[in-house]
Amino acid sequence: MAAGASPSGIMYQYILKRLLLLFPTLVGAAVLVFFLMRMIPGDVCELRMAGTGAYFDKEALKICQTELGLDRPMMVQFWEFIKGVFVFDFGNSMYTGYPIVAEIGLRFELSLQVAIMATITAIVLAIPLGTISAIKQNTWIDYGVRAFSIAGIAMPSFWLGILIILGLLITTKSWFGTAWMPPIQYKPLWVDPVYNLSMLIWPAVATGYRYSAVATRMTRSAMLEVLREDYVRTARAKGLLEKIIIRRHALKNSLLPVVTVIGIEFAFLMGGLVVTEQVFNLNGLGKLFVVSVTNHDYNMTQALVMLVVTVFVLTNFVVDVMYGWLDPRIHYR
Amino acid sequence: MKTFAMKTATALAVGAALALGGGVTGSAVAAPKKGGTLTFVVPAEPPSYDGHKETTFALIHPIAPFYSVLIRVNPDNPASTTDFRCDLCTEMPKPTDGGTTYTFKIRKGVQFSDATELTAHDIVATYQKIIFPPQGVASARKAFYVMVDSVTAPDPYTVVFKLKYPSGAFIPALANPYNFIYSKARLDQDMHWYEKNIMGSGPFLFESREAGAVIRGKANPHYYHKGKPYLDGFNAIFADKQSLRVQAIQGDRAAIEFRGFPPKSRDDLKKALGKDLTVQESDWNCVLLATPNTQKKPFDDVRVRRALTLAIDRWGGSKYLSQIAIVRAVGGVAFPGHPLAANKAEMQKIAGYWPDLKKSRAEARRLLKEAGVPDLKFELHNRGVDQPYKIVGTWLIDQWKQVGVTVTQRVQPTGPFYDTLRKKKDFDVSLDFNCQAVVNPLLDVAKFISDDKTGNQYGAYQDRDLDKLFDAMNQEGDPKKQRTLMREFEKRALDDQAWNMITLWWYRIIPHRSYVKGWKISPSHYLNQDLSGVWIEK
Repeated sequence: MAAGASPSGIMYQYILKRLLLLFPTLVGAAVLVFFLMRMIPGDVCELRMAGTGAYFDKEALKICQTELGLDRPMMVQFWEFIKGVFVFDFGNSMYTGYPIVAEIGLRFELSLQVAIMATITAIVLAIPLGTISAIKQNTWIDYGVRAFSIAGIAMPSFWLGILIILGLLITTKSWFGTAWMPPIQYKPLWVDPVYNLSMLIWPAVATGYRYSAVATRMTRSAMLEVLREDYVRTARAKGLLEKIIIRRHALKNSLLPVVTVIGIEFAFLMGGLVVTEQVFNLNGLGKLFVVSVTNHDYNMTQALVMLVVTVFVLTNFVVDVMYGWLDPRIHYR
Repeated sequence: MKTFAMKTATALAVGAALALGGGVTGSAVAAPKKGGTLTFVVPAEPPSYDGHKETTFALIHPIAPFYSVLIRVNPDNPASTTDFRCDLCTEMPKPTDGGTTYTFKIRKGVQFSDATELTAHDIVATYQKIIFPPQGVASARKAFYVMVDSVTAPDPYTVVFKLKYPSGAFIPALANPYNFIYSKARLDQDMHWYEKNIMGSGPFLFESREAGAVIRGKANPHYYHKGKPYLDGFNAIFADKQSLRVQAIQGDRAAIEFRGFPPKSRDDLKKALGKDLTVQESDWNCVLLATPNTQKKPFDDVRVRRALTLAIDRWGGSKYLSQIAIVRAVGGVAFPGHPLAANKAEMQKIAGYWPDLKKSRAEARRLLKEAGVPDLKFELHNRGVDQPYKIVGTWLIDQWKQVGVTVTQRVQPTGPFYDTLRKKKDFDVSLDFNCQAVVNPLLDVAKFISDDKTGNQYGAYQDRDLDKLFDAMNQEGDPKKQRTLMREFEKRALDDQAWNMITLWWYRIIPHRSYVKGWKISPSHYLNQDLSGVWIEK
């Protein structure tokens, strides 16, 4: 701790320093995504002219490239992009022509809801299961939880999503005579909560399961480590109730790595559900990512990468701040 | 030249009757019912709303219901390749001035969705944009109208097309489903207005769009075909995963998908839904071609190209490949079943279509040996799309293996795939496709002419004899002579020079919920999609 500085002052300095570090991270990501996207052969105009495979009009291609500024020197395009990043203006989608901020805004809500629901699913499953697995180490409960979590890690969430949809179609058909599957058009939670949840609960479960599997294993191993600490043995020796030892002393101290995992997974879910969103036809950021890369929509892809990097950096920042709350021994400098 | 149109009409009508094997199973004829909303799935989102500019079917399915066109394929008989009917005009015109003038009378009282009247001036402004686009305005299909000299409106209800020469390709080209009629007033304000806005006079009015998710339409109460549309509205949901689209029909989240599914999906749906599913099938005006790069050795040698086409067992492939892929018909350069297409006997005279496969492959081996490449090895460039590209590509590799040729496959996503074809041009042999809306073989075969005459021939060859035949066909008024010229063209393109290897023509399979009535399959996923005749019977 710096001499003369109050703990809250140090905390503010730390926050400021972390926020300032965001800028070089964003610039680095911007440079990478800009040049990597342009290394992929072809462009959005060529793709739009793919159409029928027959009459390819070279003049139409030139018009399209001029309209989108693709005929300008690369460094001019790069400068325009960097300027845009700093004023939060990413321009228009090269594919649809609509403002990128609006296109992302439309999808952000859905992706955020799925990420939150999946995180809740993961936490609800992982912490009790991981804890009980550690407490009951090497019993059939422990083996069961370990099998459950290894299966979750091994099983891709998109595949589980496909199984869920097929399972719903088959079981509802056999039970009710009519096949049912989750809706494929989105309605916000406040417009129609039942409809919304009947659509999003399934992808949340599919992704939450994998997410929980990672967190369960992390909780179990951290708990096992903490349960062997001297202070836990001391607490037991002085006759504290086991549930108090677990809840107050062991669990809280074992949560540090779990919080890290949850933070990273949450950030990943905000932009990384590329296949799962397609499986459930969710019009979220992950699907937009795939479509924009496939369509060579440079502007959209660049903006999405910037968004995901920002979410990652901010989530990590929140996780770091939480460390101090979970473990008072941790100090910020 | 009056006889030209009559001859064409008669010949084409006979051909139409014989044309397609399009069929429906499980549906019954019933009186149309009003009401309901049709929900269908579309595999992609259109880049813009401008039909004149875009080339993807993803624009047609959600956007065509908002627009009228001048003429179209007969919505009651869309399987026909030659039956064209008026939409905005009142009667199909007979050409005058030796087949060079077409005068269309236009319906009165047709309204755009902003309540302004649609007149001949709007139609002229539309076709001026398509055929003679001003500087900076893209028109994807202007090459279809090389025969057009002028488009004028002598009065508000008459449109006159003057041609440079009589052309049998003109009427089919005019019936292109992308030729949405736009408002002259809007175009005068901004030629790009229709890229982001929808304002037509079709059976449906634009209701809403959610980017990446859905486009909604509602019935147009002022639609000029009285009593139509039957539906209250439609939802076009974008769903890029094929498995999801199949599941959506199974789970009744969508009633239909208009592009087409592979045989396995049809069978799965049929098994799951039984009588709740109707399947419509048709030959499809799309074909995959294997194109050798004639700028690379040894593909500059006609013997090698002929050997490669001779190795392919198209008749056998049709039988077996059609069970797993969306391909079926064996054909030449023209869509099978069209009056200008070769019949089986004519096809069997072309190299690679001979009935005796052993003889064909023996000749292939002989030619390879003669060309000095008996153990030829090369790379097949392919597009990263399963149906039917990768399946046909894998099949071709096996076919060539039968004559001692070793082939590896390089698959690329669509963007890099076209970059290789158009810019890098470093491939050995590539799969390529020709997929058209209206069946119009006279223009569709432009795919095969010299690369400096067409923008989409990737074999990098020039063949002036082929170009002459193409021009002669397009300027020939007599359908019989057109047909003879087409045979010469086909023989030269596929056999004598073997510039391209046609594989199999596609096969369109549309399984849909049986409560969807009034929709009839056509030989193209671009045609008959205004939904005005569709109704729901639940």
